[in-house]
Amino acid sequence: MPLLSVTDLRTYFHTRSGVYRAVDGVSFSLERGETLGIVGESGSGKSVTCYSIMGLIPTPPGRIESGTAVFDGVDLLHCTPTQSRAIRGKRVAMIFQDPMTSLNPYMRISDQLMEPLLIHENLSKPAARQRALAALESVGINDPDKRINLYPHEFSGGMRQRVMIAMALITKPELLIADEPTTALDVTVQAQILELIKKMQRELGMAVIFITHDLGVVSGLCDRVQVMYAGRIVESTDTRTLFHSPRHPYTRALQRSIPALQPKGTELYTISGMPPDLSKPLPGCGFSARCEHATDLCRATTPALAAISPNHTQSCLRVQAGDIL
Amino acid sequence: MPSPALAPTPTPILELRDVRTHFPISSGFLFKRHVGTVKAVDGVTLSVARGEVLGLVGESGCGKSTLARTILQLVPTTGGTVVLSGQNLTTSNTAEILTARRDLQMVFQDPYASLNPRMTVFDTLAEPLLVHGVSSPADINVRVATLMRTVGLAPRFMQKYPHEFSGGQRQRIAIARALALEPKVIIADEPVSALDVSIQAQILNLLAQLVRKMNLSLVFIAHDLSVVKHISDRIAVMYLGKIVELGRAVDVIERPHHPYTRALVSAIPTPDPDIERTRQRIVLPGDPPSPINPPSGCSFHPRCPYARDICKATVPPLAPFATDRDVACLRAAEISDL
Repeated sequence: MPLLSVTDLRTYFHTRSGVYRAVDGVSFSLERGETLGIVGESGSGKSVTCYSIMGLIPTPPGRIESGTAVFDGVDLLHCTPTQSRAIRGKRVAMIFQDPMTSLNPYMRISDQLMEPLLIHENLSKPAARQRALAALESVGINDPDKRINLYPHEFSGGMRQRVMIAMALITKPELLIADEPTTALDVTVQAQILELIKKMQRELGMAVIFITHDLGVVSGLCDRVQVMYAGRIVESTDTRTLFHSPRHPYTRALQRSIPALQPKGTELYTISGMPPDLSKPLPGCGFSARCEHATDLCRATTPALAAISPNHTQSCLRVQAGDIL
Repeated sequence: MPSPALAPTPTPILELRDVRTHFPISSGFLFKRHVGTVKAVDGVTLSVARGEVLGLVGESGCGKSTLARTILQLVPTTGGTVVLSGQNLTTSNTAEILTARRDLQMVFQDPYASLNPRMTVFDTLAEPLLVHGVSSPADINVRVATLMRTVGLAPRFMQKYPHEFSGGQRQRIAIARALALEPKVIIADEPVSALDVSIQAQILNLLAQLVRKMNLSLVFIAHDLSVVKHISDRIAVMYLGKIVELGRAVDVIERPHHPYTRALVSAIPTPDPDIERTRQRIVLPGDPPSPINPPSGCSFHPRCPYARDICKATVPPLAPFATDRDVACLRAAEISDL
């Protein structure tokens, strides 16, 4: 049985200017210890998917219209608050893009680190403090005895991200959701944080969902990748297959537009147009308006993910029909 | 893109000699005391040839944006000279600088912040033309329409406001504004960092095409090495206010000599799982140091895996190391085959 299995998740935002279908029928599952990358451009619904699982969608305007997210037998979207509290923040933890806005600026690091232990594990304060010190040490913060009493603003960006990782992992979660944790950091610091996440994953044996827009980050870290576009998953497969033989036109276009993969000085491939307006009904494939292979069928039928080989699903109708490679 | 300007031409269009930009730090409320100096740019010597793209890379806080602002004289220079087509900007008066800016324009990182939300595209693009008196009010419509077509925007959007455009389109407007006066040099400060991958490719193509067509010189500042490598003829790597390595774009990325460049190159994740899983990554310890109290000697020595005692004492000069390559490292020759 998978650790987490999400089925037909739909999260819509009801705003004054219309209903935004941020996540529109997303299904995937995750095994214990697996690393799943979710890749997409801004507005593709990758973050909203994970916020929905964590119960972090502001309601209103957001609403989870349908779907289930079963974590170890408990549906996180339809369980009681008590059940939910026992899982979220303890067995499933999340880290965010900007550590300055996700740490509480008024609380010392010590209090923030100890909070999950006091709530979830009923530890005494001295015991919690010992665990907090050990957690800081394990994420590579020197001199934790002194630093634990500081406030978030006294740390640099990379250090704050380390503190947030320590905080998320202090209850030894089975699943860590990382929402662009290195986007705000410099490349040399990004390399440190990615190494740290890998090391902690090995030590704790946890599963990781890694949300990012950077295909480079995914390639070294994830076992499996799914690509999202306009609120839907368009392709999902293991990392090597995705990079060496992507099938969905969007994934292929994305790959052709990255400078790192193209010979220097060549004209980069560009995807014409813009992502669709999610507040308008989207009858066909979300990518059809920008796709060079689109036909009338693509614009009329909502495609579903279908396997084209074991472990490789994608949603392009024309690839499924064998029209294009 | 052929690179005719690999060797700096005898008369570069833009030349920086030992440019220094320091900011004083004062403390106290009523009686300000001078407590220190941020050496944001500390002795940069560079030249840019006509039609050349110079990439400037470095992590946040290394002074690359301050250097851009110094070139445009948006911040006062502490020392050194900035020479644009033979004119020394550091000693020029305000009127002379205003004239010089016709040849020297800037594109900023965030197209959401760099366009005035209360000005239509027409107002934004017409303003430089009117300020510099290069276009009479009669034919300004035609000029603006041409500009918009140059950057791939339909002239019928002329009367729209910035909020009606997407990020990529806004960046096109910002580029059109920079092109309005037909400058010789454009400084682009992280022009694609705020954009999505597919939009980023459009803007990179546009910039490369403009450089070719208009024989522009471009100083392209970014932290993403793969983007810089793609567009630049030469690359300068900055660390804590100083250039540590300078050379041909492909060479610098493929055979970096300075230990910092090596670490920087190795830290970029490659979108290829086979390479990514087998290669050895140099993970630098710690954060970039503060420019208020830079380390003694080579400012990279606390994080450098090859540092020796001499590195703590002597500031390494940027010296020629190989063909078309300058490196500021005392041990560059010793460690070159490590």
